Amino acid sequence: MRVELKNITKRFGPVVANKGVDLTIEPGEVLGLLGENGAGKSTLMNVLCGLYEPTEGEILIDGRPVTFAGPGDAIRAGIGMVHQHFMLVPVFTVTENVILGIEPVGQLDHLDLKTARAEVERLSTQYGLTVDPDATIETLPVGVQQRVEIIKVLIREADVLILDEPTAVLTPQEVDEFFQIVRSLCDAGKAIVFITHKLNEILEVSDRIAVIRRGEIVGSGDPKKLTRPELAEMMVGHPVDLDVARAPFAPGEVILDIQGLTILRPDGAVAVDDLTLQVHSGEVVGIAGVQGNGQSALIEALAGLRRPVAGRVGFDGTDITNASPRARHRMGIAHIPEDRQRAGLIGNFSVAENMVLDSYYGPPFAKGPGIDWHRVHEDAAAVAKEYDVRTPSVRSAAAHLSGGNQQKLVVARELSRDTRLVIAGQPTRGLDVGSIAFIHERLIAARDEGDGVLIVSSELDEIMALSDRILVMFKGRVVAEYTPHEAPVDKGTIGLAMAGAAT
Amino acid sequence: MSDAMTDATQGKVFGRTQLEDMVIVPLFALVAALVLGALVMAATGVSPATIAQSYVALLKGSVGSVNAISETLTAALPLVLAGLGLALGFRSGLFNIGAEGQIVVGGLAAVVAGVALGDMSAFIALPGALLAGAAAGAFYAGIAGWLRAATGAHEVITTIMLNLISFRLLDYLLRTPFIQKEGRADPISKSVPDAAELPKLLTFLDANLRLHAGLFLTLAMVAFAYWLLFRSKLGFEFRASGENAVAARFAGMSAGWTIVLAMAVAGALAGLAGANQTLGILGRATPGFSAGIGFDAIAVALLGRSHPVGVFFAGVLFGALEAGGRQMQVDAGVSIDLIGIIQSLIIVFIAAPLLVKAIFPWGFRKAGKRENKS
Repeated sequence: MRVELKNITKRFGPVVANKGVDLTIEPGEVLGLLGENGAGKSTLMNVLCGLYEPTEGEILIDGRPVTFAGPGDAIRAGIGMVHQHFMLVPVFTVTENVILGIEPVGQLDHLDLKTARAEVERLSTQYGLTVDPDATIETLPVGVQQRVEIIKVLIREADVLILDEPTAVLTPQEVDEFFQIVRSLCDAGKAIVFITHKLNEILEVSDRIAVIRRGEIVGSGDPKKLTRPELAEMMVGHPVDLDVARAPFAPGEVILDIQGLTILRPDGAVAVDDLTLQVHSGEVVGIAGVQGNGQSALIEALAGLRRPVAGRVGFDGTDITNASPRARHRMGIAHIPEDRQRAGLIGNFSVAENMVLDSYYGPPFAKGPGIDWHRVHEDAAAVAKEYDVRTPSVRSAAAHLSGGNQQKLVVARELSRDTRLVIAGQPTRGLDVGSIAFIHERLIAARDEGDGVLIVSSELDEIMALSDRILVMFKGRVVAEYTPHEAPVDKGTIGLAMAGAAT
Repeated sequence: MSDAMTDATQGKVFGRTQLEDMVIVPLFALVAALVLGALVMAATGVSPATIAQSYVALLKGSVGSVNAISETLTAALPLVLAGLGLALGFRSGLFNIGAEGQIVVGGLAAVVAGVALGDMSAFIALPGALLAGAAAGAFYAGIAGWLRAATGAHEVITTIMLNLISFRLLDYLLRTPFIQKEGRADPISKSVPDAAELPKLLTFLDANLRLHAGLFLTLAMVAFAYWLLFRSKLGFEFRASGENAVAARFAGMSAGWTIVLAMAVAGALAGLAGANQTLGILGRATPGFSAGIGFDAIAVALLGRSHPVGVFFAGVLFGALEAGGRQMQVDAGVSIDLIGIIQSLIIVFIAAPLLVKAIFPWGFRKAGKRENKS
């Protein structure tokens, strides 16, 4: 089935999300759709899968124009979307989830699970998905849950599969497996649209690439001929330096000294298990690992938000195991939280208010019991400029900024003062190339100035690009350590350690 | 995408969105409530002429004369004071239902302090009595705050319970020798001495005009609440905790202290509302003197969008409805319960801004201009 988008324009009031987009999707081909967050990828695909009606333009399937009144029409026409956020019922089995909404029923409304189960099994074998139809969703790893989503689309007889940022939640191993699945779907004649903002992946898996920027297709081409810098430039609109310049590795004294730290989860399970690690001045330590292996608990304990049950945290020679978050902040520990929306900033507060969220109480911002808002606004404007936080005004609500600018705001708040240690959780999750490069630059600048930097990230590429030392966390322990400047590190090796192979 | 944002975030302190939220929605809610109130009257067999007459009376009784304005403001003062406290709580993420109990405790403490300081000059007795009222209210609300911070007991439950306790406590204390009026067997307090009374303001026009110096107290508190909420460190912590408690904690603010202090400040304002009644209007404490003001104040705080200036106008509106309602009853013979219905309807409409937008679509910017997340 061949799908053509012709001159698609989508407006929301005065905002143009897509402008005159022409795109062809061929059977047996993976179309990589590359663009930054907010470039209009998702809007375009939502038009294609019937969620939005295009303001102008038409969709042709095998040459015949079609209109979709809703997602149901698109699915019936053979276009299915696998969303970035899974829509599965955790307590149902795979089969039950897959048939939700299209339940095969027999006499007296009897739910025919047997037929459904067989169908799931058939699809699973045919495309090498290896999913157990009887497993309960909540017991399955994220990678398998994603395959369940794919089966959901396949069982509805889709010929065009739209995959929205499918690798965001996967480990490197899972990504490899996932790419094999994509290939096998492709070989079976399905058309795949692969949406991403990751350059490596799009080069690896696509047969053809289209780059979208500000709602328009700005370039397309053959992945065999394109390079990462070329793609990045097309995506952002100006040349981007993908490699961060850094001073030679010259670690100083130990800044952060964690000894035998044990942290429990609220339910009493062990999150961090007798963990010992050091961070030196002038060193970036990267902690790789699949999410849920204790990294979040470790970061929160280091920021003073969680009490460890055993062990000791030393900072610059003082014991800070039980110091309050504010005390740590005063000592020069910067903390970039994992989840900027939930913990990093307050959406309804202005940019300026967010900028002083952890420093409002002292000089130069406090004036007796009051706050010198004039000073706050002045300082915030200067810092926002320095850290490239693009906002119409520092009085604008933080919620109105794009993800990249929100994160730059958090980074600006944490790094714009004198710091000795930077703790960063997922510092660039979900950001565009330009923001990622900027934040990486800032983290490396902190290191070059002699700060200790501890980064936790589920993006292995990020860990590898930034770290002087790479630690792998698995089930609350450090199971492997690599020093890239001594010997080159292989991504596959780290991936295996992340999956627990090193234990 | 950037075009969509400029509209909403032009950097103006008071943009179009806030205007809709703070002014247009409450205004339309009032209109819709009055129309529905008329329908309710019609449905209960009131003739159109009487309906018209009653709304004229409502207007006359609230703003039609010096006396009406005096009555409107007199009724508004405690609502504004208690409403300010509740608004501070709402901004801090605390749903304090306990203003009623805090009014009782504050009002009684003001009487007791006033009686004790009665021999002093007015410059000591009045501030002393007011302070006692505020302190008692702060302490009483602080209990709920402490329970929340220390044990996680939800403030809605604890403040409701504290309300009930305060009613019985009042009945009991009004019979104790120190408080009970000499020679009386029924529960009634000693009278507030002149030195501790909030002086009447308009007696030079007419000795019956009840508006008293609580007006200045209230205006000062509106300014204070505004400063506290939007200009001070403490208010910054209140608002941060209310908007996003997790981010506030991550930024190093102490969640427990913020809760206790926010409740205490809210209680102090409600306590002042109680003192305002006992020292300004009643001259003594009697059983049930709080008269549901603490509950009406919840509506006032919601209608005022938890903004001090908004609370002031909402309180004046509710004061006007109360003063006008009495006139309505006298002139048109319509039950004062209708005022309760209109007040409730206003709150229903305020709580459902989408409903208001559906009824009055021309008052709002077109939908669909909303931010596009792609």
